[in-house]
Amino acid sequence: MATLTEGIRRILDHDLVWNLRSSPAAIIAAIVTSLLFIAALGAPFITPQNPLDLASVNLLDSELPPAWMADGVSHYILGTDTQGRDIFSLVIYGLRISLIVGFLSVIMSLFIGVSLGLWSGYAGGWVDAIIMRAADVKLSFPTILVAIMLNGVAKTLLPAEVFQKSALLILVFSIGISGWVPYARVVRGLAMVEKEKEYVQAARLARRSHTAIAVSHVLPNTLGPIAVIATINLALAILTEATLSFLGVGMPPTEPSLGTLVRIGNEYMLSGLWWIVIFPSLMLVVLILAVNLFGDWLRDVFNPKLR
Amino acid sequence: MNSPLLQVENLRVEFPTRHGTLVAVRDVSFSVGAGRILGIVGESGAGKSMTGSAIIQLLEPPGRITGGRVLLDGQRIDNLPLAKMRAVRGRQIGAIFQDPLTSLDPLQTIGSQLVETIDVHLDISKSASQARAHELLGNVGIPAPTVRFGQYPHQFSGGMRQRVVTALSLAARPRLIVADEPTTALDVSTQAQVMALLKRLCTEHGVAVILITHDIGVIAEIADDVAVMYAGQLVETGPVRQIIDEPKHPYTAGLMASVPRLEQRQNRLNQIGGAMPRLDSMPNGCAFHPRCELAIERCRLEAPPLERHSNRLVACWRKEEQYTARIETTGKDPAPVPASVLAAAPLVEAKNLSCHFSVPRPLLTRILTSRALQTLKAVNDVSLDIRLGETLALVGESGCGKSSFARLMAGLYTPTSGQLSFSSASGSQPRIQMIFQDPYASLNPRWRVEDIIAEPMLAGAPSSSAAQRGARVAELLTQVNLSPRDSRKYPHEFSGGQRQRISIARVLAADAEFIICDEPTSALDVSVQAQILNLMRDLQLAFNLTYLFISHNLAVVRHVADRVAVMYLGRIVELADAADFFTSPAHPYSRLLLQSVPSLSVRDSNRTPIKGEVPNPMSPPGGCAFHPRCPYANERCRTEVPMDAPRSSGRVACHAWEEKRLPYM
Repeated sequence: MATLTEGIRRILDHDLVWNLRSSPAAIIAAIVTSLLFIAALGAPFITPQNPLDLASVNLLDSELPPAWMADGVSHYILGTDTQGRDIFSLVIYGLRISLIVGFLSVIMSLFIGVSLGLWSGYAGGWVDAIIMRAADVKLSFPTILVAIMLNGVAKTLLPAEVFQKSALLILVFSIGISGWVPYARVVRGLAMVEKEKEYVQAARLARRSHTAIAVSHVLPNTLGPIAVIATINLALAILTEATLSFLGVGMPPTEPSLGTLVRIGNEYMLSGLWWIVIFPSLMLVVLILAVNLFGDWLRDVFNPKLR
Repeated sequence: MNSPLLQVENLRVEFPTRHGTLVAVRDVSFSVGAGRILGIVGESGAGKSMTGSAIIQLLEPPGRITGGRVLLDGQRIDNLPLAKMRAVRGRQIGAIFQDPLTSLDPLQTIGSQLVETIDVHLDISKSASQARAHELLGNVGIPAPTVRFGQYPHQFSGGMRQRVVTALSLAARPRLIVADEPTTALDVSTQAQVMALLKRLCTEHGVAVILITHDIGVIAEIADDVAVMYAGQLVETGPVRQIIDEPKHPYTAGLMASVPRLEQRQNRLNQIGGAMPRLDSMPNGCAFHPRCELAIERCRLEAPPLERHSNRLVACWRKEEQYTARIETTGKDPAPVPASVLAAAPLVEAKNLSCHFSVPRPLLTRILTSRALQTLKAVNDVSLDIRLGETLALVGESGCGKSSFARLMAGLYTPTSGQLSFSSASGSQPRIQMIFQDPYASLNPRWRVEDIIAEPMLAGAPSSSAAQRGARVAELLTQVNLSPRDSRKYPHEFSGGQRQRISIARVLAADAEFIICDEPTSALDVSVQAQILNLMRDLQLAFNLTYLFISHNLAVVRHVADRVAVMYLGRIVELADAADFFTSPAHPYSRLLLQSVPSLSVRDSNRTPIKGEVPNPMSPPGGCAFHPRCPYANERCRTEVPMDAPRSSGRVACHAWEEKRLPYM
C-alpha cells in the first residue's frame, strides 16, 4: 500500500505532470481526449442501442430530430437517422472505429519508421542511402492516392465477402504504410548523434553485438520525440481515415466510422435532416482538436526551444 | 588607492523552482580597482559564473538578483532598466565567455561584426569605426588584421576566435571586463597567449578584469586578488600570493593542495573527500563542514561570517588554526618506475601503426577538381610498446591524434597499416577497456547503474546468473568508493566525479588488464580529480593494471606516468621515462609544452607560450611537422622528416637534437 501511494506521489511529482498542471489548454485537451477514449472503450455500456445490430433498430423511429426539438424523443438524445439508428450511439461507435484505425495505423508507421530509422542511422553508408531515398520516394506519393490505389488492388484481388470484412485492416495498412517517414527521419538523426557517444564505444568494448547496441542503447535514447510525432500523427491518421471514408474507399456503411457517418449524413443535409451530419462532424472536430492540442503541448515540453 | 571601479555588496541571486527557492549566490561582496585583475575561483556549481552574469545582468531566467547592490564608479547598476543596462554593458563593461564559437555570428565577417559593435556604442564616423576595428584586431594580437578583417569566424582557429571576442568586448573601450572561463576551451599554448593579452590590457589601458575560472594555475599567474567561492558563498578573499601560499580557509587549503604541481611527483595527490553540496540540500552552519577535517560543533550550527584575518577576509570559525595538515610534501621524488615494471615484458606492441581517414573535400573542390577525398593521417607510423603494470602517458595538444591512437589501441578503429599485438597473460583475447573523457556521455542516461556496470559481464560471462552479477556489481561499487545502494539509481543522480567512478567500476567488471584512459579527469574539478587519480593508482597496484593515460595536462601526467610519449600531428616525437622526461625534455615541442604549463609557485614566470597553433592535420607541413613553430628549425628541418634517435631511456625524433644544436636544459 505504501509503495502504491509512493508511486502515485512520484507520478504526480513528475515533470510531465507538473508541466501539464500549468497549462490550462493542455489540461482541457487531456481531459477531453481521455473522456473520448473512455467513451469509445465503453461504447456498449453508455449507448442506448447498438446501431450495428439490426435487431435493436426500430425503423419506425427513423428521422427523429434531437430530443430538445418539437418532435424529439428523449430516448434518442441526438435524434435518429433514416434507418432509425440512434445518432448518439452511431457517433460513439464511429468514434471507436476512428480511434482503432488511428491507433493501429500509428503503431504500424511507428514500428516501420523507428526500425528503418534506427537501422539507417546506426548502420550509415549505403543502407542509410537506400532507406533515405526510399523515404524521399515515399513522400512524393500523396497518402490519399496510395490508399485509394491499395483499396482498388484489394478490391480486385480479394473476394467481395473477404474484402467487406477486412475493410478495417486494409484501411490501417494503407494509412500505416504512408506515415513512417517522419519517424524514420527523426530516429535516424538522433541515432546518428547517439552512436558517436562514448557509452556506445564502451558497449562495443564490452563486446556487445551491433544489434544489441542499437536496440538496447541507442533506441531508448531516441524515443522522446517519437511520442510527440506519434500524438500529432494520431490526429493526422484519424483525419486521413475520415477523408477516405468520406470518399467512399474507407469503412463501409455497415461498420461506419466518423467519416462514413459524415458521408451518409451529407446526403440528407439539404432535406433538413441536419443532425445526421452535424453531430459526427462535431465529434471529429473535437477529437482532432483535443489530440492536436495535447500533441502541441507534448512537443513544447520535450523541446522548449520550439516554443 | 581611491574608490574601486566596481563594488559588489551583499549580492544574492535566487532561482525560484517548483521545489522551493534555490540560493545560487549568497551575500557575496567584493570590489575591483581600475587596472587590477580579480580572479574568482571555485569548483563547478560554486556560483562563480552566476556572480559574473549577475554583475552584467545576464542571468538566465528564472534566476534573479534578490538582494545587495552592484556599483560601477559609485553608480548602482543592478537596478537599471534593460535599455540603460545595455548601454552600460557595451560601453563600460565588456564580457568574454567560454565558447568563442557561439559568441560570433557565423554569417558575418569579423570586420562587420566589429564595426557594428563600435557603431552601436561610439558616436563616430564610418571610416573612423573601420579604423578602430583594424586597430582593435591589431591590439589583440591578430596577425595581418587587414586580411583577417574580411574573413568569417570559421576561418579562425579557437585561440584566434577568442581574440576576436576579446576585441569585440573591447570595442567601446570598456573599463571593466568580465571574463568567464575565457581559456577553458583552449590548449595550454593558446591559453598562455590569451592570458598575456588580458594582462597587457590591464597594465596598458587600466582596464579592470574579473576573471572567473576553475583553473588555479591561471589565477596564480595573472590575478592580483583572488576570491574563493564555495556553494554560493565567498569563503576567502585577498591578495593572490597570500591566498595561494598561506590559505587560511580549509577549503582553499585543500583546493591548493589538490592542484597537481609540475615541480615534483607525489605518489598520492591531496584530495578533499566528498563533493560540494547541491543547492537544494545545503547543510546547516558552514556549508563546507561535511568535508572539513577541522569541523567542530559550532561549524555544524552556525554559518561563519566573512571576517578580516591576517591580510585577507575569511569565513571560518577555525581560521586561527594552522591548517596545513593535508599538504604533505614529502620532499623526496618517489621513484616513478619500479624496477619490476622496467623489466616487465611488453603487454602491447604497436609496430608502424597508422590510421588514415578519408575526408570529403568541399563540394566546389569536388566539382572543379574531381578529387573527392583527401587523406587525414590521424596516426602516422607509430611504434610503441607498453609494459605490463606500467602507466604510459601520451601527451600533446588537441588535434594531435591522441584520441585516434587510443581508439586504435582499443580496437574501435581498424589500423590502415601496421601491426598491433598483445601478449596477454590470460590467453589469446586481451581484455582492453577504456575510461572516457566525458562523464556525461560515457554512461547511457536511460540505464540503471547496475545494468551499466554489469554490461561487460553479459558478454564476458553469459552463463552468470542475475544474482551473481548483482553481487559483483555491489562489490565493484564498494571498490570504487560508492555505495552498493547506488546500483538502482540512474546516472543523472550522480556528480561528474561519481560518474567517473561508475566508469571505472564498469572497466573492472570486464576484468580488464589494459585500460586506456582518454583524458579521464579533464572534465572534473581539481579536488575530485585528485580523488579519481588516487583511486586509479590504488586499483593499479591492487590488480596489476596497465594504463595508457592520455592527457594534455602535463602536471597531472607528472604524478601518474611511468613513461611519457609526446605526440605531434600523428607521430611520436619523444618517448622517455617520466623522471628523465620531466628533468631533461629533449624535443623542442616537449620543452615548450612543459614551459607553457601555468605554475602555482612562480608569478609572471617565464612561461613562454608556443608560437602559433597545431596546423591543419589535413595539410601538415613538410619535413619535420613541428618546424613552423620550432625556434631551432633550419633548412634540414623544413625538408627532411627526422628519424628516431636514442636518448636516455627512450628516443626522440629531432634533427636539432641529433646535431646537438639544442641548448642544455
